[in-house]
Amino acid sequence: MALDIGRAPASVAAPPPEVVAPLGQTPLFSIGDRVRVSVRFPVGHYRVPNYIRGKLGAIEQVIKPRAVNNEEEGYGRNTGSEGFYYRVAIPLTLPRTDYAGSPEDGLRIEIFETWLERA
Amino acid sequence: MHPHQSDHDHSPPAGEAPGYYEIMETAVRELLVERGMIDPGEIRRQIEVLDSRTPALGAKVVARMGRSELPGAASGQRARGLRGARHQLLRRHALIVLENTQTVHNLTVCTLCSCYPRPVLGLPPDWYKLKPYRARAVKEPRAVLAEFGTVIPDDSEIRVSDSTALVRYLVLPKRPEGTDAFDEAQLAALVTRDAMIGVVPVSL
Repeated sequence: MALDIGRAPASVAAPPPEVVAPLGQTPLFSIGDRVRVSVRFPVGHYRVPNYIRGKLGAIEQVIKPRAVNNEEEGYGRNTGSEGFYYRVAIPLTLPRTDYAGSPEDGLRIEIFETWLERA
Repeated sequence: MHPHQSDHDHSPPAGEAPGYYEIMETAVRELLVERGMIDPGEIRRQIEVLDSRTPALGAKVVARMGRSELPGAASGQRARGLRGARHQLLRRHALIVLENTQTVHNLTVCTLCSCYPRPVLGLPPDWYKLKPYRARAVKEPRAVLAEFGTVIPDDSEIRVSDSTALVRYLVLPKRPEGTDAFDEAQLAALVTRDAMIGVVPVSL
């Protein structure tokens, strides 16, 4: 079987600089931004585990292209909620103050834009 | 049957008594078949689809990524050990390949359920789905790794990627010494499922 590796969809290619991006189609956060995970307890389907809520982290990667919010998709709503996911770096010593390991050890987790606050 | 077509499930590992959701799945499936809305052949075919996805596919991906420059290399992702791609076998998710180095060891987990790159690794092992691994991988990854026989030096960094929503991961293991002359197929033959989850290294 031929595996086609790394073929990015056309939407990933950056548009020329004179093209103005519609509102909501550019990432709110950039690599290196400090963020805090929201502390909310919504009823229903969510994809942000409890142990990282309220924790501080940094944006490591903006995941492109935009994608549907999984929490909406969980109810069959598979369009209309597109936004950016971010790969967020959080030190493992933050969720667990009794963490046994190197202070350099880290967690990486993808979080949808609606769960992140600027810190 | 799960209400959304995601690649995670909540079913108990084989061998345990059927739980509430398993019984409900059986009941719904039987009703759908009885009323002619789906036929057993479709279910059988879907199982065949799942069974055709094995770690051998992931090993090919990893072996190729280990040998080639990919999109991302130019943008500095390579330096951070990330290689991202949308893969034709994994259309609905982003796939990130995490590169192990002399100083960084990657481990993958899904603390919420059992998100796993099924299209390129097949079904996850039972231990990956069970709560002890899911809870401990982010609490004491070094102890978990040690139980797999993998001891990470204290001056190496461990990165645990919690796959919970859009992204699925494959770990690109460190290349064992003495494999410089290996071609892609030979490298792929060395890469195991557990190495791509990140719990063991690859050895000759």
